[in-house]
Amino acid sequence: MTSAEILDHAARLRADLPSDFQDSVIESIYTDAARITSTSISHDTERARLTVDRVLDKVLTHPVGGFAAMGLLFFAVFWFTITGAAVPSGLLYTLLVDNGHAWLRDAFVAFGSPAWLTGLLIDGTYLGMAWVVAVMLPPMAIFFPIFTLLEDFGYLPRVAFNLDRLFARAGAHGKQSLSMMMGYGCNAAGVVATRIIDSPRERLIAILTNNFSICNGRWPTLILMGTIFIGAQAPPALASLVAAASVVTVALIGVLTALIVSWGLSKTVLRGETSVYSLELPPYRPPQLWRTLYTSIIDRTLVVLRRAVVMAAPAGAVIWLISNIDLGGTSIAAHMTNGLDPLGWVLGLNGVILLAYIVAIPANEIIIPTILMLTMTLGPNLFDAQNGVMLELGQTQTHAVLTQAGGWTLLTAINLMLFSLLHNPCSTTILTIRNETNSLKWTTVAALMPLALAFAVTAATATAARLAGGG
Amino acid sequence: MTSSAELPQAPAHGACASCAVYNAANLKKLGIKPGNYDYVVAVAGNPNTGKSTVFNALTGLRQHVGNWPGKTVSRAEGGFRYHDHGYKLVDLPGTYSLLSTSNDEDIARDFLLFGQPDVTVVVADATRLERNLNLVLQVLEITERVVVALNLMDEAERHGIDIDVRHLARELGVPVVPMAARKGDGIPALLEAIEQVAQDGATAKRHRVAQRHPRIERAVRDLARQLERAFPGLPNTRWIALRLLEGDPGTERAVRDGTLSDLSRAWSARKTAPTNLAGTLE
Amino acid sequence: MTLDQLRQDDHATVVAVDSRGGDRRRLMDLGLLPGTKIRVHMKSPLGDPTAYLVRGSVVALRRSQARHIRIEAHDAQEPT
Repeated sequence: MTSAEILDHAARLRADLPSDFQDSVIESIYTDAARITSTSISHDTERARLTVDRVLDKVLTHPVGGFAAMGLLFFAVFWFTITGAAVPSGLLYTLLVDNGHAWLRDAFVAFGSPAWLTGLLIDGTYLGMAWVVAVMLPPMAIFFPIFTLLEDFGYLPRVAFNLDRLFARAGAHGKQSLSMMMGYGCNAAGVVATRIIDSPRERLIAILTNNFSICNGRWPTLILMGTIFIGAQAPPALASLVAAASVVTVALIGVLTALIVSWGLSKTVLRGETSVYSLELPPYRPPQLWRTLYTSIIDRTLVVLRRAVVMAAPAGAVIWLISNIDLGGTSIAAHMTNGLDPLGWVLGLNGVILLAYIVAIPANEIIIPTILMLTMTLGPNLFDAQNGVMLELGQTQTHAVLTQAGGWTLLTAINLMLFSLLHNPCSTTILTIRNETNSLKWTTVAALMPLALAFAVTAATATAARLAGGG
Repeated sequence: MTSSAELPQAPAHGACASCAVYNAANLKKLGIKPGNYDYVVAVAGNPNTGKSTVFNALTGLRQHVGNWPGKTVSRAEGGFRYHDHGYKLVDLPGTYSLLSTSNDEDIARDFLLFGQPDVTVVVADATRLERNLNLVLQVLEITERVVVALNLMDEAERHGIDIDVRHLARELGVPVVPMAARKGDGIPALLEAIEQVAQDGATAKRHRVAQRHPRIERAVRDLARQLERAFPGLPNTRWIALRLLEGDPGTERAVRDGTLSDLSRAWSARKTAPTNLAGTLE
Repeated sequence: MTLDQLRQDDHATVVAVDSRGGDRRRLMDLGLLPGTKIRVHMKSPLGDPTAYLVRGSVVALRRSQARHIRIEAHDAQEPT
């Protein structure tokens, strides 16, 4: 028989098949599976579900206890990440940024390296890398292993189960709650985590909204703004509480934005019924503590180091170059800042902030040092900043620089927080979205939609504040 | 139907008679890098069965493994050497079935069908045997060169589930290796089983699912017979017949564009004993 | 009776799966077929979805899916 004849033959046979053909095929398989199982197993699987598992499920999905446990656990994860990262971050900062930078600089000078080379390589490239490693490595190496342990234990599917209804309302999948949580560590990791969502429409929604989970690179900006601008408004006794509350508020606005945007997408461009929904709740398993910690920490360290070399190093070089190359007597950075100032004003920000966001697309974590450096080298230089050399200052000094040299107000700080929350994902995340969706169109949407939203929201708050007489 | 009663081959040394080189072109089409290996081993399984743990234990890789369905979406590859033979390991996406139309299932199914792995390891969760056997039985429709890695035996024990592994192996007609891959239990036995199937092919008669509806069973038999005549050597004519009866476009394309003819030639070439080849021709 | 009406601790047998398309295929892949024994494992604290015990594994379904699965309920005492 030729190929064509076989296909014809199949078509003829098909016409004779019962209408429930597909069902019958699967039924036949499952009938055999059930028979083989029952003759091979000498225990009732259903009854064998452990009491421990049942109790755990009762507690972890309880209307009160379940949410309490969830809140507590995630609070613990974040608290542990932030406080646990402080010490190693400080050490790395002293080692790489303070001492390492000075030492390398001295070494370059001693070997007679020309100023431009020392500047480009040490002040620009090296400092960008060192900064990212110091800021990002500790929190990433703490956050993700804890998450992995919860995942191995089997808890995360229960979170998706608890929150599914919320996401169903927004036209999304309960598992999106998990990719969002991953996003709090790193949006690129969050985008990859959407693979657990097996329906394409819901997965795309989760990818497009992951940006509204504040990644590790953005937390420092929020915490700093919350502390020196918002917490400072409150009486000293309440300052840290108010500061923390302001950061949490921004994070919650992020969750709300993710849900609203999901809903909007599912009602417009991604309209449609839930294509395939399934959520399996695996049995609890004791996690492999040490192995998980080991592989997970190694994994994250490699990710951060790679990011430092591939993303932050060139960004550091660019920042140094635009600050040190003069065109007609003024640096490129100054030209750009002046050009961006009008737009910055409309958004309640300023040209320096926008320029920092442009050059720091590859690595959001160098936003603050870049802003400080630009503010001081372009305005009155309060603390002896050098062109193109990112720097960190104490909180009071930072506040002084931003308000006196930069002319920042409370509005600037609040809008920087909102902009940091909403603006476009970093370039690593954009590339990841490109890989995961395999679509230029959706990658563009994922990059520009948040940016448009950030412009719209900050412009609105700026206008409102100015009308109300503030700002 | 293909005869599964193959003669045991002479121990392969040096140039390996049943090795994957016959199918190099197809493997390349499926994105497998050519390399220095003698056998191709596919790793299939339900989501969340510890499939990646098994894969990592065999290859020594550190691919992230989680207690969560659907971790591996793209295919991971690795390799290992065992008793002087190189094995190429391909981790297929975790799927519940091979009959549906999700992207993952397409990848897994196409690889099993067109990649002609020398061995397919199906990782099954001992605590949820019935659901996992659904996939095992489907894989057995496609290839008889199967090893079932019955993973999470420690968990099954903890849950009071007692599995008669020998009985299960007899029922399925392929080796079943009880494992607790996270602790490394069962890895040596799995390696041995992989080697045995890679070198000797299937030794017992694998389980075949009979269609319960008589009209379907008749149609499958009829079409499978035609397929065997047109494409001698194919070990999965019943499966292909089912897919054609369902009107699956991918399978229809494979019939039309000569993919099945190529596969048929490759499978025939793999059988070393001429008598055996004759046996497959009816 | 449909699956969404099944109460905690009651046992039931699936009579028919009326869903269509990909959802139907997925349910079948998970072993939800006519004749399959099914039981409520637990309800989500927000009321939806509900997790069911099917062939030894726990699968959560949304009410919108469970509505399309017809079942026949048994007494809790009846052995399954």
